[in-house]
Amino acid sequence: MLKTFKIGGVHPEENKLSAGAKIETVKVPSQVVIPLAHYSGKPSVAVVKRGDYVKVGQLIGQADGYVSANVHSSVSGTVKKVDVQLDASGYKRPAVFIDVDEKDEWDEGIDLSPELEKDFSFTKEEIIEKIKYAGIVGLGGATFPAHVKLLPPPDKKAEVLIINAVECEPYLTCDHQLMLEKGEEILVGTRILMKVLDVEKAVIGIENNKKDAVEHLTNLAQEYDGITVQALKVKYPQGGEKQLIDAVLNRRVPSGKIPIEVGAVVMNVATTYAIYEAVQKDKPLIERVMTVTGKNMKTPGNYWVRLGVFLSDVVEQAGGIPEGTKKIIAGGPMMGRSLMNLDIPMAKGTAGVLFMDKEEALREPDKNCIRCAQCVFVCPIGLEPFLLMNQSEREMWDEMEQNRIMDCIECGSCSFTCPSTRPLLDYIRYGKSTVGLRIRKRTSKMT
Amino acid sequence: MNVILTSLIILTALAVLLAVMIFYVSKKFFIQEDPRYDEVEAALPGANCGGCGYPGCRGFAVACVDADTLEHLNCPVGGAETMKVVGEILGKEATAKAPMVAVVRCGGTCEHRPRMNDYDGVEHCFIAHNLYSGETGCSWGCLGFGDCELACDFGAIKINPETKMPEIDEEKCTACGACVRACPKMLIELRKIGPKSRRIYVNCRNKEKGAIAKKSCSTACIGCNKCVTTCPHKAITMGENLAFIHDDKCKLCRKCVEVCPTNAIVELNFPPRKTLTATEKTE
Repeated sequence: MLKTFKIGGVHPEENKLSAGAKIETVKVPSQVVIPLAHYSGKPSVAVVKRGDYVKVGQLIGQADGYVSANVHSSVSGTVKKVDVQLDASGYKRPAVFIDVDEKDEWDEGIDLSPELEKDFSFTKEEIIEKIKYAGIVGLGGATFPAHVKLLPPPDKKAEVLIINAVECEPYLTCDHQLMLEKGEEILVGTRILMKVLDVEKAVIGIENNKKDAVEHLTNLAQEYDGITVQALKVKYPQGGEKQLIDAVLNRRVPSGKIPIEVGAVVMNVATTYAIYEAVQKDKPLIERVMTVTGKNMKTPGNYWVRLGVFLSDVVEQAGGIPEGTKKIIAGGPMMGRSLMNLDIPMAKGTAGVLFMDKEEALREPDKNCIRCAQCVFVCPIGLEPFLLMNQSEREMWDEMEQNRIMDCIECGSCSFTCPSTRPLLDYIRYGKSTVGLRIRKRTSKMT
Repeated sequence: MNVILTSLIILTALAVLLAVMIFYVSKKFFIQEDPRYDEVEAALPGANCGGCGYPGCRGFAVACVDADTLEHLNCPVGGAETMKVVGEILGKEATAKAPMVAVVRCGGTCEHRPRMNDYDGVEHCFIAHNLYSGETGCSWGCLGFGDCELACDFGAIKINPETKMPEIDEEKCTACGACVRACPKMLIELRKIGPKSRRIYVNCRNKEKGAIAKKSCSTACIGCNKCVTTCPHKAITMGENLAFIHDDKCKLCRKCVEVCPTNAIVELNFPPRKTLTATEKTE
């Protein structure tokens, strides 16, 4: 019996169409727009100005504040301007526009050789400094700065490192393919993280629909002490931090607390690879793997894409927008955001582009709640989505807070399962953002 | 028979006992309240809209009685007349506030602002706003799902089905401010009604640079500064590529309306001009 998390969860169709497709490199277009804003936290501050010449890997955005990360140039060329650009968030946010030259000149000190660097002798502080400089954020989607996670509060001690290679979102295969192609590097990255956190044990959690990756990493991990690979039962949202800890360690993170409370630190597998590159090769986070997929797509595939490349350029190389596309989604179908157009630059958190046809994209009109409690059964946190939706509709913010709206991970299982096709998540997300704002206001008043 | 009689007697006895108890308790714990609370409350419109900033008309009445002066208190629904009556009851002087009315500062109708994508989520402005910037290229403009219409207790604001834009019924608008709070794009503003309901305002809130604003909406304020230099009363200021007309300084000379290259400045309730085709704008 395979392990999984204990409460809730759904089984959406997997549709991993691009599984097994080799990761191809996307050609760098003549102009890129590198976003300075992150999904969470403050946008970085631009340190280049119009007319500056930048090399690949050069720092262009300095982290601003605690929850923020550095941004590096992904191309060599001249800075055209620092302006706002519409990104996957649906709003215009600051970005650096760069005209690309053909030289593709890399910054000094970056090791471009493809050889595996197994050994490292850096101290803990040096490693964290390198990760911080490289601007590494969680590549699973939340884009939380990685170095913040690696500095737990002094009274807490991590026991286990969990590498999140679950990839529970349907359609996405970028982490899967990365594990097959860069397995050894990921394991070295895991060793580096184990050293930083001073833990003896690391578990790589992979869902069982990626049997080849489980096998591949298990074989490789025999050479590395303390790293084990754990196959997990397929269930959404297993990639959620708290769900993964529950699945792997059988420990539950209390409401409102972070994973270090139960002695665990979770790191995404793509982030681990980026950390390997940052520490061993001094290469900042300037590219990532993304999946371009969809049922009508002729050749769904995985691509290495530099940050700031327009999604339209990526899609063009991947075979163009398939016929009959009704909706385009950045990320997976469960948690991704639908896009207005493809003139949106690649950001650190963009894991995929998904094309949906009319049938898939259709949102049926919502009917009355029939009190079947399906949403309550599937909620992986144990909330009551139908109640939260009603309270959000009626703007009962205090009651929502009492019902622990802030624990919601916005996985969308409730909306997915509702037989009356009620827009549960839309209302809950609105309520969560409003309640979050109220809590922040209250705490800032107190201090 | 016997059962009915017994229960009748018991219930009657209980009723009498409880009535006596209630009578004594109400006497014993009676709270001496200022009778003027009720008087003032009766003089108020009783809409309980919250436009004054207090929880309903009763809350406002209590605040009026307890306050030293009526200087900062104003019932936007009742206006100067109601405040005068309240002032008479309390023997305090009520300062007349200029009557206000809500205006929607967006002119992005379908013809001016082409739709670029379809939104198929929940038809509420606050939810759409939470997700993305809107169906058009302008991220500042009206979403058109009618949260303001829902918020209005007086039926003064309606979404026009043709333009998908809210329209305000000046007769019914009481300037309570409910729509101002409901709009996630912060498009609705309370302005002075002005003499004969004549008003001039900038019908846009787009803070984008001129070229980008113009591209997304043909009637956007492009921040060209023409109105600022033209205004003889220094009533217009420019901030973040957006002009703003201060209604306390504006003398309604309409010079800015004439120079605005995108017709972003709107005049309301003026008689038609002799030379210009102002009838289009006065709609």
